[in-house]
Amino acid sequence: MKKTWQLKLYIAGKTEKSVTALSNLEKYCEEHLKGIYHIEVIDLLKKPQLAEGDQIFAVPTLVKKVPEPIRKIIGDLSNEEKVLVGLNIVPAKKTL
Amino acid sequence: MATKRTTKTKTSAPVTLPKVLTGIAGLDEITGGGLPKGRPTLICGEAGAGKTLFAMEFIVHGAMQFNEPGVFVAFEEKAEELTANVRSFGYDLNKLVAAKKLRVDHVHIERSEIEETGEYDLDGLFIRLGYAIDSIKAKRVVLDTIENLFSGLSNQAIIRAELRRLFEWLKDRGVTVIITGEKGQGTLTRQGLEEYVSDCVIMLDHRVANQISTRRLRIVKYRGSDHGTNEYPFLIDNEGISVLPVTSLTLANRVSSQRVSTGIPSLDEMLGGKGFFKGSSILVSGTAGTGKTSMASYFAYESCRRGEKCIYFAFEESPEQIMRNMKSINVNLEPCVKDGMLIFHASRPSLHGLEMHLLVIYKMIKKYKPKTIILDPITNLVSVGTVSELKSMLVRLIDFLQREQITVLFTALTLNTNVNEQTDEGVSSLVDAWLTVRDIEFNGERNRGLYIMKSRGMKHSNQVREFVISDHGLELVEVFLGPDGVLTGSAREAHQLLEATDDALKTFALGRKDREIARKSLMLEAQIGNLRSEFDSVKEELNKLYMEEELKKEVRKNNLEKITTLRRGGKTNSGSSTTKK
Repeated sequence: MKKTWQLKLYIAGKTEKSVTALSNLEKYCEEHLKGIYHIEVIDLLKKPQLAEGDQIFAVPTLVKKVPEPIRKIIGDLSNEEKVLVGLNIVPAKKTL
Repeated sequence: MATKRTTKTKTSAPVTLPKVLTGIAGLDEITGGGLPKGRPTLICGEAGAGKTLFAMEFIVHGAMQFNEPGVFVAFEEKAEELTANVRSFGYDLNKLVAAKKLRVDHVHIERSEIEETGEYDLDGLFIRLGYAIDSIKAKRVVLDTIENLFSGLSNQAIIRAELRRLFEWLKDRGVTVIITGEKGQGTLTRQGLEEYVSDCVIMLDHRVANQISTRRLRIVKYRGSDHGTNEYPFLIDNEGISVLPVTSLTLANRVSSQRVSTGIPSLDEMLGGKGFFKGSSILVSGTAGTGKTSMASYFAYESCRRGEKCIYFAFEESPEQIMRNMKSINVNLEPCVKDGMLIFHASRPSLHGLEMHLLVIYKMIKKYKPKTIILDPITNLVSVGTVSELKSMLVRLIDFLQREQITVLFTALTLNTNVNEQTDEGVSSLVDAWLTVRDIEFNGERNRGLYIMKSRGMKHSNQVREFVISDHGLELVEVFLGPDGVLTGSAREAHQLLEATDDALKTFALGRKDREIARKSLMLEAQIGNLRSEFDSVKEELNKLYMEEELKKEVRKNNLEKITTLRRGGKTNSGSSTTKK
């Protein structure tokens, strides 16, 4: 396919929030990016040195590096619309 | 939470709170040993107040001097920027990083890249920080400035809750933390960080008065510890931050009974024959052109001759100017400068604020370790501060100098209108010895009279001396007290001449008397001669009369005889006719 969504989900242990975030993410990806996405889950408790590289300070954080532009989505990803806009899957609605 | 509380009360239980030295010159003195160990300290202030540098110094000094590695979490600047910024202060962050003494972590929050949705926490930051701390076994942490979280994230409730958790977590880790925060309107920090940090709050301030800026520092609170509550001026120069404690507050300095010469023998004479006490402070005040600088130069020169270093802080003239001018009164300072015994430091008072001047003086003293310093004149410093500021600066300076056993000579300009003799700076009560050179206007000239207003702890002359500046140098001459008052200058010289004349007259008079006696005896003798000759003439007169009488008698006898003869019938002559008549 033309584009592959490279997604990283940073979590800190198997907390309620991280589990929710991951299941939400998988759900949206299956729905909108079937076959063209790749999710990498990084547990900072195990690899704390990776936090600095992607400028992670909150968890869970979803980072999309490819395709450009870089976007970060903080939280348990419970708001589908925000996530989709944030990942540039659907264009942002003009709110004004 | 409950366990945390108990540990907290346990740590504050000891009489003295454990503290960590900041290594920032002067701050450890005010805080009585530094910042509270294992607790967060908030540094707040306006933009450009020096918060970041303050925090960086805390980390760098910790790493370099106290073997306490530190983590610097920068929310604003990148590590490279920080490194570049502090390089000018002589801190090489890269070297410290390589030595595993320092770790700079730049937390970049780019609002445009971030979307928030749903629940989250700041565990990412905790983990990063924890990892950084563990990687170098850090004892110190700086968060500069954590307020950026508020501008980067929109869910304030989460941030606040997380901050509270963060500080508790940091306390548990036992690291000493500095948090910086920008000053807000009416609050210490814009986001109310003081709410989370309750142990120690330091406020930095940067004020500009009369175009001259002064930085100040105040400890707003320091739980469980004594601290100075004043505003302390502090400076940022090429060696970083230095805080200047107003004064050590106690008057427990060592004193010396050793004396140092003033360089002017006649002045030493007035001061009990030995000069000033070593480590004392001397004020020379006087109106313009009364030779204050000359006196200061003499003192400096004498110090160098004794082999004691001297620093001359000139606020009015350049070193060349002083050296040239002093040559004219037979004081050659050039060799002293060449030998390194005399160090000139000339700067315009308006170059920087009073505190900076004080710091420069401190630093010069620390560097050269002089035994004598000269400030010429302190009056000009008023132009960069108020009188009370200058006084407070001088108090601190004198205090410091006393501690270091350095003799200091200030010169100060007084105005003629100042009736009460008080110098403008009001320092006369602080100094140990106070000389004043005053104009004595009399007889159409202006002369200088030197008075010792006070000289603590020694016998000193109460006399006014005329202060004469000539090609040979300075000299103190006794003034004459005549019926018209004190005589100085040409009047004094005239008086001296008069006395000399008197002497000459006296010797002359003595000779004259001798001669008069001789003359008198001559005269008397002459009189005796006269009388004798008079007597002779009288005698002669008497003799003459007597002879006349004799002659007359004879003539008469002859005549009688002739007549008798004629009457007896002799021939008559003319004589007989006369007789007929």
